[in-house]
Amino acid sequence: MSRGKPASVVTTGHAHALYVHGKSPVHRLPPECKVAALLVFVIAVVATPPRAVWAFGLYAAIAAAVLAVSGVPRRVVARRAVVEIPFLLFAVMLPFLGPPPDVAVGPMELSTVGLWAAWSIVAKGTLGVLASIALTATTEVTDILEGLDRLRVPRVFTDIAGFMVRYLDVILGEQRRMRVAMLSRGYDPRWWWQARALAASAGSLFIRSYERGERVFFAMTARGYQGHMPRFAREEAGARSWVLALALPTLAAAVALATATWLETPR
Amino acid sequence: MTTPALEVVDLCYRYPDGTEVLRDVGFHIHPGERVSLLGPNGAGKTTLVLHLNGIIEPDSGTVRVAGLPVVPEHLMEVRRRTGVVFQDPDDQLFMPTVWKDVAFGPANYGLEGEALAARVGAALESVGMTEVAQRPPHHLSLGQRRRVAVATVLAMEPEILVLDEPTSNLDPASRRELATVLTGLDITMLMVTHDLPYALELCPRSLVINDGRIVADGSTADLLADAELMAANRLELPLGFDPRVVVPRAG
Repeated sequence: MSRGKPASVVTTGHAHALYVHGKSPVHRLPPECKVAALLVFVIAVVATPPRAVWAFGLYAAIAAAVLAVSGVPRRVVARRAVVEIPFLLFAVMLPFLGPPPDVAVGPMELSTVGLWAAWSIVAKGTLGVLASIALTATTEVTDILEGLDRLRVPRVFTDIAGFMVRYLDVILGEQRRMRVAMLSRGYDPRWWWQARALAASAGSLFIRSYERGERVFFAMTARGYQGHMPRFAREEAGARSWVLALALPTLAAAVALATATWLETPR
Repeated sequence: MTTPALEVVDLCYRYPDGTEVLRDVGFHIHPGERVSLLGPNGAGKTTLVLHLNGIIEPDSGTVRVAGLPVVPEHLMEVRRRTGVVFQDPDDQLFMPTVWKDVAFGPANYGLEGEALAARVGAALESVGMTEVAQRPPHHLSLGQRRRVAVATVLAMEPEILVLDEPTSNLDPASRRELATVLTGLDITMLMVTHDLPYALELCPRSLVINDGRIVADGSTADLLADAELMAANRLELPLGFDPRVVVPRAG
């Protein structure tokens, strides 16, 4: 974001610049290993019952260790974690809105069930966000798609996502120019009764994108496209990369399994 | 007489609403020639380009690329032979990285492995863009993107390179760099433009198209010096530019 200009008008550079340059071992891992690792870790976290508080401590230690090794500045992690705030606000409401209050904390009457639900959202949400930051900050978007491709995600999805990544900036750029043109003629729609202008610009943005789609298709056809995107040979990730990437998530999965038995043991 | 690299005979085309866009267009381009196609906006230039590789089918008339007629059964080969560089590189570069974009064409023609890598490497080198191979196209400047767009087409080893408004929106330095790249290529070229000094610099021969007809065909220097012809076809030289005192680079 450039300073001194209204944020609503000017956003610089690339809308998906989540990648933070680096040469850490986390950066160097093949993308398919990292995507798989994130998936295993998140499933382990989500599958863990909220009352196994110690397990979440361990997961947090794992996430923190990976982020520390990746060398992504803490400041960047904190700034990106902001996406979680709406969920946190929702979680804070739960102890008040849940089943009838049955516990007193200071002057407040709270519901135990609501408190556990809130804890569950905060803990699992935060761990999921941190792990996703570890992936997106160390892997270029195009590499993440390549990784999904290698994990055999259907190609129609990765191809569509690839086009989306490629054209996001182009379309945002068009949107920005249209908005600047509107502002330059003294119109700054912000309220619902001005929705007509916004709808009109959204409409023409759609038409422009549709026309661009046609031109891109011409350009593809001109180079021999016949309905299938070509695939390029690539190196398979080695066993060492897989072991390295999956070691900590596997530990998390083992802990998740252990919590299931731990809860069943009478204490 | 050699087979023309591009032969267009009596080409006619109307839009579905009946508007005539091309009327009896005909010309030849011989191997090794660099020809510019000059004309004002709306003259039918881009429509003509889309006929050269069969994206639009003519109402009547024929197009042959190195002797091969542009008809449905030859479309794949025709499209390999006619390398079209579109006006907006954002339309042309749609793959996640420059390397994959340059590889897209040859890969569609079955090239793979070492042969594909060699082809992509050579194409990128000929436009001086080797070092950006692994970057996503949207991180490049417009001038760089346009050179990569040329590479995507060169990788298909076409018989003729067709450039649609190659200098539009380029700053003077990028325009100069592109000229250096284009003059360094050993390839037949048809350049659609209304950048007249650029045509004079790069193309010894020019065609003038207006209102769907070819109205002049001759040496670029002679055509640009013909003030009456220029004015009649809405072609405008930059202020103070005298084509008679400029020595074209190409000869």
